[in-house]
Amino acid sequence: MSPDAPATLLIAVLGGAIRVSTPYLLVALGETLTEKSGRINLGLEGALALGAMVAYAVSFHTGSPWVGVLAAGLAGTVLGALHGVICGLARVNDIAAGIAMFILGRGVAFFFGKPYIQPTAPRLSSIALGGWSGNPALRTALEINPLFLLGIALAVLMWWGLANTRAGLILRITGDSEPAARAIGIHPGRVRTLATSAGGLLAGVGGAFLSLSYPGSWNEGLSSGQGLMAVALVIFARWQPLRCILAALMFGAAGALGPALQSAGISQGYYFYNAAPYILTLLIMIATARSNTAARDAPGELAIVK
Amino acid sequence: MPGQGLSRRSFLKSGAAGLAATALPLRAARTLAAGNVTVGAIYVGARDDFGWNQAHAVAMATLRKAANVTVLEEERVPETDAVSKSMESMIAIDGANLILGTSFGYFDPFMIAMARKYPSVQFRHAATLWNKDKHPANLGGYFCYLNQAHYVNGVAAGLSSPTGRIGFVAAKPIPLVLNNINSVLLGARSVNPKAAVHVIFTGDWSMPVREAEATGALVDAGCDVIACHVDSPKVVIETAEHRGVKSCGHCASQAVLAPKGFITGAEFKWETIFQTYAALLGKGEPLPNLLAGGYDSGMVRNTPYGAGATPEAIKAADAAIAGLKAKKPVYVGPLKDNTGKVAVEKPMDNYDPALEGMNFLLDGVVGSVT
Amino acid sequence: MRGTSDPVLAAAERTVIPLAALLVSALIFSALLALLGKSPGTFFALVWTGGFGSGFSLQNTLQRSAPLILTALACAIPAQVGLLMIGAEGALVLGGLAAAAIAIPLVQAGAPPLLAMPLMLLAALSAGALWVGLAGWLRQARGVNETISSLLLTYIAIAILNFLVEGPLRDPGSANKPSTMPIGKDYMVGSIPGAGVHWGLLAGVLIAIALQILRSRTVFGFAVRITGGNPRAALAQGLPVGRLMLACSAISGACAGLAGYFEAAAIHGQANASLAAGYGYTGILIAFIARQSPLAILPVAILFGAIEASGGLIQRRMDLPDATALMLQGIIFVVVLASETLHGRFAIFRPAAIAGRP
Repeated sequence: MSPDAPATLLIAVLGGAIRVSTPYLLVALGETLTEKSGRINLGLEGALALGAMVAYAVSFHTGSPWVGVLAAGLAGTVLGALHGVICGLARVNDIAAGIAMFILGRGVAFFFGKPYIQPTAPRLSSIALGGWSGNPALRTALEINPLFLLGIALAVLMWWGLANTRAGLILRITGDSEPAARAIGIHPGRVRTLATSAGGLLAGVGGAFLSLSYPGSWNEGLSSGQGLMAVALVIFARWQPLRCILAALMFGAAGALGPALQSAGISQGYYFYNAAPYILTLLIMIATARSNTAARDAPGELAIVK
Repeated sequence: MPGQGLSRRSFLKSGAAGLAATALPLRAARTLAAGNVTVGAIYVGARDDFGWNQAHAVAMATLRKAANVTVLEEERVPETDAVSKSMESMIAIDGANLILGTSFGYFDPFMIAMARKYPSVQFRHAATLWNKDKHPANLGGYFCYLNQAHYVNGVAAGLSSPTGRIGFVAAKPIPLVLNNINSVLLGARSVNPKAAVHVIFTGDWSMPVREAEATGALVDAGCDVIACHVDSPKVVIETAEHRGVKSCGHCASQAVLAPKGFITGAEFKWETIFQTYAALLGKGEPLPNLLAGGYDSGMVRNTPYGAGATPEAIKAADAAIAGLKAKKPVYVGPLKDNTGKVAVEKPMDNYDPALEGMNFLLDGVVGSVT
Repeated sequence: MRGTSDPVLAAAERTVIPLAALLVSALIFSALLALLGKSPGTFFALVWTGGFGSGFSLQNTLQRSAPLILTALACAIPAQVGLLMIGAEGALVLGGLAAAAIAIPLVQAGAPPLLAMPLMLLAALSAGALWVGLAGWLRQARGVNETISSLLLTYIAIAILNFLVEGPLRDPGSANKPSTMPIGKDYMVGSIPGAGVHWGLLAGVLIAIALQILRSRTVFGFAVRITGGNPRAALAQGLPVGRLMLACSAISGACAGLAGYFEAAAIHGQANASLAAGYGYTGILIAFIARQSPLAILPVAILFGAIEASGGLIQRRMDLPDATALMLQGIIFVVVLASETLHGRFAIFRPAAIAGRP
């Protein structure tokens, strides 16, 4: 290893963390909204895939990646709304509905996405926040995509909004206690459907990031479970938007670690780097389950904690 | 676009036989009499993946031009008994008399069993696993020695790269991949003795996010040319172009993806083999059980040079191609591997069977096989 | 709770509503195809031909249904006790790996097949049972949500498979497609005579029947049904809910492990990355459409086997991508789930005595 390798490694992991974490962050924020309202949506993986495909296709046809992002958000919203409506029907298990959305979202994405595997669509451009640095690796690491900044801004907005606005209060009450919500005239079903749709919107935008920014290409292996891991991420972040940022960065770093280590010359056991995010998630879930603080933070109506 | 001919056929079929589907003709297997050839190709991935499967599909498309050849294709068939069923369906229902299994894992046990079951149909597999004593006579293999084209990639990259550092994004450390990595190194070193290849293994054949990360990591480590061996090089080439470094392609032509940085690419020329098969079958003659080659048999080619290739690089690469056509060896020993042991003792013929078991990375490659 | 207590009417309701849902899904899918300029008639005709239209098609369908029956059971059994486990894919993969791994020393020592094959079977069952059992234990002892943990364990299982198959357990002769040592014809599972399908199909059918009997006619099954209906009430009654959950998780994993055994010992003859072929996920779908009933899983699995069997023909004749089947499955799943809400709503299924009640 060369003398400046540790620094290069750190910078590479930092850059990777920011890049890889963006979809996690967006989906996790969307799922936080959904779960705060008392519903769990495992189908965000489907919204992610669909969003990625729609963003790529629309960007290709219109020449504008931002229109693609918008379209992706719309597609995600539709899928989220569908989940919300189905769960609103009596006797429907929302975990099963999530799996259904997962399959449907991916099926539709792959079916209509076939003609877009070949062409190249215009990408989202990044903001070069590292222009001041003379170190090319650092400059690249700090080339930040606007969607990452959007995610951070949203997280801050959500943190503030959940505590200080009426909408935030309605969301929290619906999620904590359905009888209490009804008592003050809230329709829990409507609130939940809205929250799930918003969750779908964010997941769709997260997908747009994958296909229009990093890796910036559309094919069927684009998402490898990020939507599902985001659900675990939300539990880890104890349903708090600001913690979601930290958790997402951790996951991003874990994903970037493997290639970064190999390029520095450490290549033993690369399978475990690949499996690291999943192992990490599982360990986190085991550690935070049944702990008193977790039970206190969880929305009371959430199916998985009842 | 592949499949146009098929839609016309299916239109006719649906018109004539739409709802009377149980009467869908279970055509008797067409005999090998002179004339009609029905070739069925099975792909493990998507036909338009800019990589392994596309290379085959492009070659199959050239077969469609012949009047007596019918082409059948199925994509995304996994390496399980699903492929046995796909093959059988093509034979029993569509009367195929030549089946091309394009993915490595199709051979054992699936193609072997099918070949035994249908002795009048010819089966060919994209690897050289066929063994006269173990396998039936209607089975066989074909292969294009792509490492020769990767050698040419290396030559061109060696002279187009200011730093002499070439990055290589690889899927798994299997012999086919290691052969390509080593060939790139040897090609680069033949024009620049200080050239080095940095390799990162992603762990699987198609992982877009990890491939993008690996490409980025290699560029951060100072590589200014990126080569690869993954199922679909699209992400690697696009990421390299985005980062402003040069790139070398693999399997099919990715030149269109990197208008500024593309040097050249190692491409399969499967059509040489497929057209040979179709012609022989059409005449009712037997097919060779093993058909393999490289530049000397017109079975590999390099993508036309892109903007990333310097004039010296083009000259040297053309000379290398001429040398390979004249059977000049790639591996000229003694060569050490990157752990210090002697890996190659004397010059190896380009078709030496030992190449199939390659398990080392040459000295000059930064990376590890474990 | 249920709107009917007459068993005949109940059975009718359980069959008619899902069938109607399947019909509605077919209609939606047909509309989609028509919009795309493809003929729905041709599509379903090809599904029929490719799935059932000839001896070959039937064989194809049954061969594909075999693993699906077992993985669907792997989802249905824990569902009956209130657990939603989706880790069949991971258990299948580890089951196949365990069978192939234990075969390595046995084959080399030339052990008699009558000894080696049951040992391989046992290894596969144990590996699967332990893996899903782990998810069940995490839920029961630590309250970790079993859906997410079983899914994460699946990804981890596949990583373990890849690591072992490309490293310590790799057959040196399998350089280009890392696999374990071939099990060899003598130790592999053959076909049911005359059917052209391996014994795994029969195993699946028998186990489905056995599990149905277990559920409806044993004390264990009774306890499971009560727990599934209301875990807290079951606890209050003194039922060993935790142990029931563990038992069901273990059975689930064993079913999936068994599917893996057949994949390794009947189809591939070794363990490699191709073991992870997605059967686990399709099984979840089947279990839900069959409403978690072991017997209903049999026809649904065959239906899905037929859809997959005809996939190739549909690709070739209609120039539709293979994602068509995935989309069809998604539509079916959504409609069947939505139809859940119709249970208990139709007066026709309620016994006459209470039909007048609002």
